[in-house]
Amino acid sequence: MTQTTAENPARKQRAQIKVRTLRTDRWWLAPALTFTGLMAFLVYGFWAIFDQSYLAGQYIAPFASPCLATSCPEGARLFGLAPFGDWYTLPPGLLILGLPGGFRLTCYYYRKSYYRSFWLSPPACSVAEPHGKYTGETRLPLIIQNIHRYFFYFAAIIGLILTYDAVLAFRDKDGNWGHVGLGTIILVVNAILILAYTFGCHSCRHITAGRLNHFSKHPIRYKAWTFVSKLNAKHQQFAWASMFSVMIADLYVRLVAKGIINFPFA
Amino acid sequence: MGYKAKFRVWRGEGGEGRLEDFTVEVNEGEVVLDVIHRLQATQAPDLAVRWNCKAGKCGSCSMEINGKPRLGCMTRMSTFEETETITVTPMRTFPVIKDLVTDVSFNYQKAREIPSFTPPKDVKPGEYRMQQIDVERSQEFRKCIECFMCNNVCHVIRDHDENKPAFAGPRFLMRIAELDMHPYDVADRKDSAQNEHGLGYCNITKCCTEVCPEHIKITDNALIPMKERVVDRKYDPLVWLGNKIFKRSGG
Ligand code: SF4
Ligand code: SF4
Ligand code: FES
Ligand code: FES
Repeated sequence: MTQTTAENPARKQRAQIKVRTLRTDRWWLAPALTFTGLMAFLVYGFWAIFDQSYLAGQYIAPFASPCLATSCPEGARLFGLAPFGDWYTLPPGLLILGLPGGFRLTCYYYRKSYYRSFWLSPPACSVAEPHGKYTGETRLPLIIQNIHRYFFYFAAIIGLILTYDAVLAFRDKDGNWGHVGLGTIILVVNAILILAYTFGCHSCRHITAGRLNHFSKHPIRYKAWTFVSKLNAKHQQFAWASMFSVMIADLYVRLVAKGIINFPFA
Repeated sequence: MGYKAKFRVWRGEGGEGRLEDFTVEVNEGEVVLDVIHRLQATQAPDLAVRWNCKAGKCGSCSMEINGKPRLGCMTRMSTFEETETITVTPMRTFPVIKDLVTDVSFNYQKAREIPSFTPPKDVKPGEYRMQQIDVERSQEFRKCIECFMCNNVCHVIRDHDENKPAFAGPRFLMRIAELDMHPYDVADRKDSAQNEHGLGYCNITKCCTEVCPEHIKITDNALIPMKERVVDRKYDPLVWLGNKIFKRSGG
């Protein structure tokens, strides 16, 4: 064996281990589950956007809210408004889809999840990725991820609209307050999870006070930051919980609207 | 009680080498580094391993155990099955000197490339006034023991050696965040984080956070906040416009 000295160029080489990983645990399980979960959401979302039964009496399906076209029935419109006139005949969900969709697509947590499970970059820690070249988020198209905070502003509005919808779900079919059905509870839980996800956003954390260096000079913003940081620490959990809750709530309303679910406490 | 464990250890100089099999005694309460030391004492006197404190505080004994970056002195043998073969290899991202010892000078070079703490000219040492909450955030980053396992696991350079010149690695991007968050640091860190130290290469897949033995939330508390600060400077049209107007009227 050659003597290794500081000048010996042999030092410049890493261990020539020819396998992709030496991990012995089931490292592929997490990306496989993530892939399945995200695919389920995409497939469901695709179906829901084109499904027309989004209004069931007092309940509106989250994927169709806010409903902004004239084709939306009176009760489904946000504050009775229909800013998109009757020329718009496509499913009304398409109008707003881009905002929550873009929010989740550029979310720091979802980025992690699909970079790992769809792009395998990397599939799991210390498992080699299959790509020959890597530039990360330094150039187009991925540099566009940096607009995430703008999606956050819109998502905050949508979160409030879904909360408003959940409040309206306390009315019965004739518009009288005081109704509590299974649908009401589902919509309320969904709204809470969506808000917890939305306000735990890293951009939100940055905006409240993360960008400041002197917390002591901004006590109120510091308080807000502390609260957002708590939600942020659970951002991944809220991302999944709210993704499933929005699917469940949406499906539930549609099933009620279609008459498939019609028990008395619906 | 003691038992005989099967070990496969990387042996060789300058990157060339192979996995060698050993059967070695293990006693209750031991860690992987203890077993490596027993190998040295009984079967492989020339086996090279770097260590120092045996308490998880010096960051010397970074290695890969069953493919995962771990501190040898903090990995208990009791976490493995007695029948399991345990594979021990050097950190993959850095050149090997001998056996388990890697040349980590990449990290020292990256550390030197970051301008040190830069206080305002008119504030003298002793005049700094900060409250605990102003420095709390960056205190988390100072728990770092410089084991370099985060830089080792980061796929940006682990899988793409050619990115090394452009990328400082999570350890030093975290150092930049620490300085940028410091109430008394006036150096520009945002543009340089992106342009010179490669923050944009990070795709926030969090492996650095997963391996950090000090449980520092590197991605959530340093890298993503730093990315957001870079957005302020480089990619947010409203902030950019606001700064332009403010600077102009501020004269
Ligand atoms: S989060 Fe970023 S810096 Fe950390 S390991 Fe992943 S790509 Fe590397
Ligand atoms: S940040 Fe953690 S993993 Fe990285 S060098 Fe410091 S202690 Fe090690
Ligand atoms: S919503 Fe996940 S980081 Fe903004
Ligand atoms: S020997 Fe010091 S950290 Fe393991």
